[in-house]
Amino acid sequence: MLRGISFDIAHMLAGFLVLASFLMLYQDRLYALLNVLALHAFILALSVAWQAHIQHAPHLFITAIIALGFKAMLIPWALRKIVFRLGIHREIEAVGGIGLTMLAGIALVALSLEVMLPVTAHTDPVAREDIALALSVVLIGLLTMVTRRNAVSQIVGFMSLENGIILAATGARGMPLVVEISVAFSVLVAFIVVGIFLFRIRERFDSVDVGAIDLHRGGRQ
Amino acid sequence: MIEIALSCIGLFCLLAVAGAGLGRASAGRFIVYGGCLLIGAILFGTGLLAIAEPAQRIALPLGVPWVGVHLRLDALSSFFLLLLGLGSAGASLFAIGYCAHDEEPQRVLPFYPLFLAGMTLVLLADDAFSFLFAWELMSLSSWALVMAQHRESGNAQAAFVYLLMAVFSGLTMLLAFGVLAGPTGGYAFDAMRAAHPSAGLTALIFALALAGAGSKAGLVPLHVWLPLAHPAAPSHVSALMSGVMTKIAVYGFIRVVFDLLGGAPWWAATIVLAVGGITAIMGVLHALMERDLKRLLAYSTVENIGIVFVGLGLALAFKANNFPAGAALALTAALFHALNHTLFKSLLFFGAGAVLHATGTRDIEKLGGLLQRMPLTSAAVLVGCFAISALPPMNGFASEWLTFQAILLRPELPQWGLKLSIPADGALLALAAALAAACFVRAFGIGFLGRPRTAAAGNAHEADRWSVAAMAGFAGLCLLTGLFPGVTIDLLAPVAHALVGAAMPWQTGDAWLTTIPVAASRSSYNALLLFVFVLGSGGIAAALVKRFGSSGLRRSPAWDCGFPDPSPMTQYTGASMGQPIKRVYGALAFHARDVVDMPAPGDTRAATHTVTRTDYIWDGVYVPLGQAVTWVSTYLNVLQFLTIRRYLGFVFILLILLLMALALWQ
Repeated sequence: MLRGISFDIAHMLAGFLVLASFLMLYQDRLYALLNVLALHAFILALSVAWQAHIQHAPHLFITAIIALGFKAMLIPWALRKIVFRLGIHREIEAVGGIGLTMLAGIALVALSLEVMLPVTAHTDPVAREDIALALSVVLIGLLTMVTRRNAVSQIVGFMSLENGIILAATGARGMPLVVEISVAFSVLVAFIVVGIFLFRIRERFDSVDVGAIDLHRGGRQ
Repeated sequence: MIEIALSCIGLFCLLAVAGAGLGRASAGRFIVYGGCLLIGAILFGTGLLAIAEPAQRIALPLGVPWVGVHLRLDALSSFFLLLLGLGSAGASLFAIGYCAHDEEPQRVLPFYPLFLAGMTLVLLADDAFSFLFAWELMSLSSWALVMAQHRESGNAQAAFVYLLMAVFSGLTMLLAFGVLAGPTGGYAFDAMRAAHPSAGLTALIFALALAGAGSKAGLVPLHVWLPLAHPAAPSHVSALMSGVMTKIAVYGFIRVVFDLLGGAPWWAATIVLAVGGITAIMGVLHALMERDLKRLLAYSTVENIGIVFVGLGLALAFKANNFPAGAALALTAALFHALNHTLFKSLLFFGAGAVLHATGTRDIEKLGGLLQRMPLTSAAVLVGCFAISALPPMNGFASEWLTFQAILLRPELPQWGLKLSIPADGALLALAAALAAACFVRAFGIGFLGRPRTAAAGNAHEADRWSVAAMAGFAGLCLLTGLFPGVTIDLLAPVAHALVGAAMPWQTGDAWLTTIPVAASRSSYNALLLFVFVLGSGGIAAALVKRFGSSGLRRSPAWDCGFPDPSPMTQYTGASMGQPIKRVYGALAFHARDVVDMPAPGDTRAATHTVTRTDYIWDGVYVPLGQAVTWVSTYLNVLQFLTIRRYLGFVFILLILLLMALALWQ
């Protein structure tokens, strides 16, 4: 009975994460998008903490704290500051209609369930559906990156993709702590690099629309 | 034994480090080449002693984790170790003198021992990883040696073509081993021997091994790098590449097809026979047209590789039909010819190097009269020319004769495909042998006889004593292996036993040292007797001519009819000597055309004669291939200038497609 409930809660949290990804796909305002990112990371932290609880793996709590501290607070706050300081246009230009993108997202969830459930048929049921949901978070993160023209929203897509990877990793038992910490740090480094990059782009092109860089390279829109 | 061979590899690596450290110092030459000479001699001795011993193994905890490096020294690798030791010792001895005036020794010294180490490791490797590692080490270090004189025009392009062909060879060998290892991934050679792939996979492995080893050995149409790379490399390196490295490639083919695959079906033998025959004839025809001495030798290497592969094809055919005596004869002939080619081709490359050093040119049309100026080199080169033209009693004759003996065993084979293709091959081989003789008459006659055509040839000087010692040694070995072919044939008996399950009859027991391929009633050859006869009849003829023909030397003004101008330009040239053969075969093989532009009477401009030749293989295969690569890369260039979003989109779409494939495949 207890196992059933813990199982259900793990799934519910993973499902929330997918829902948060859909929210991200839907948002067309930058501040709201950053709020959704914070929510996304918060759900991830909850989910990882729950995994730590049911797997009796105390080191996963550290992962949860990292997720909460860095991804749910530090990075959204820093991104917000960047948006404010750069005075970025707050509306996000999406490629393709929002509705079409949402439909594609649903198809991606179906695809990842279709792929992952047979592959992981013999593993632990908690890990099994977690991995399927994590894959859909990753795919929706990629879709977010592909369908947005704005650099900040591409970063947000990348962060959510990374959250999906963490979710998959914690679902599978026995991932060493070192790997998690190094992943967390690599994300932070990526964030810093991209943040500096954003300022430089802004200085040069007066815009963070990635199309401006492409024009500069002589490419096509 | 294998420990000695292994420590030799280590010593080569140490010498490579020493070569890198010593660089320009003059002691570097003595240390590196002297060291390589000694190690080569040790390898020769190791091969000689280990050939009749049971296989020895050793495993090193290096390389890929949990796999390690497995080494094995059996009869086949011992024979090639012997060949490698001989070739490298000779080349190193030659190099001590030859490289004395090398301007940039630091470009050669580190890579030369590394090249030898790579080749030694190929012979010892007993798993696919170490084999491929050594194979690539051999290719890369020899590429660096081809690039050594990179400032001369054309050398960089030659090295590039060589590198491309080496990559192709490495890739096909990798695929061959991949298929051999099967889905379980048994990369040790023992596992490959035990596996029995299906007929389709056997055909695939055979084709890959033929292409991979063939492109390293120089089989037509994969031979294009030889005539480019051999002239580009320093002469002692050319001697090694031509004399030894192509044999290592032959070893690779034998190891995969005869040993790991355990033979091939009879139709595969017809392919080897056809490729070998065409290689032999194309190589020698190109050599006949060539005026660059080292390119000529490179094309002649192509021809000899063809002869070796004809022998291997015959061995495969006999083995597929359970006729071990014939297979042993053909295999022995092929291996014997490989050894002989190492001896005489190294010798001829040494000679070409000595001529290049003395005159500064490789163009035979600018040479002439070297016999008086470089008597020792000329004598050694003459012996090499005898041997490569397969004149008895030299060693080239012994091995080619054995190949023909194997061809004559054809009636024992049941398949009509073989019954028909083997005589055709025999005809090609006979033609190639005759043309090779013509080719080397031309090379020696134009290059060394007559009067010097240029001042450079007139001022030529004899090579230094180290080089002469190397050439004289190899000339002596050519004669000795020719006079006593039985010794080499008996040496090869364990190799033939291991690969085809039989050996040729024991030769050295015969009182008269007669060579008997199958049975005394069929055919036999006695080199010693023939030598005595040649010496005797030649001596008697010379004495008679001297006695009756020209008693007393007369000095009188030259009868100038037809030779009024004493200019050396009026001498017979290499082009005029090759012209009849170009007429007969060139029109078909090279689309050769002579265009004579004769001015009208009264017109004072000079007449011109132009010869055009088309290399069908280069123009038909390699040029279109290069154009295709350029075309594809031009169109893919668009991909350089896409938006970040599109790049991400590509990744995304690919990921989705792969996931969908996975979902559908389950």
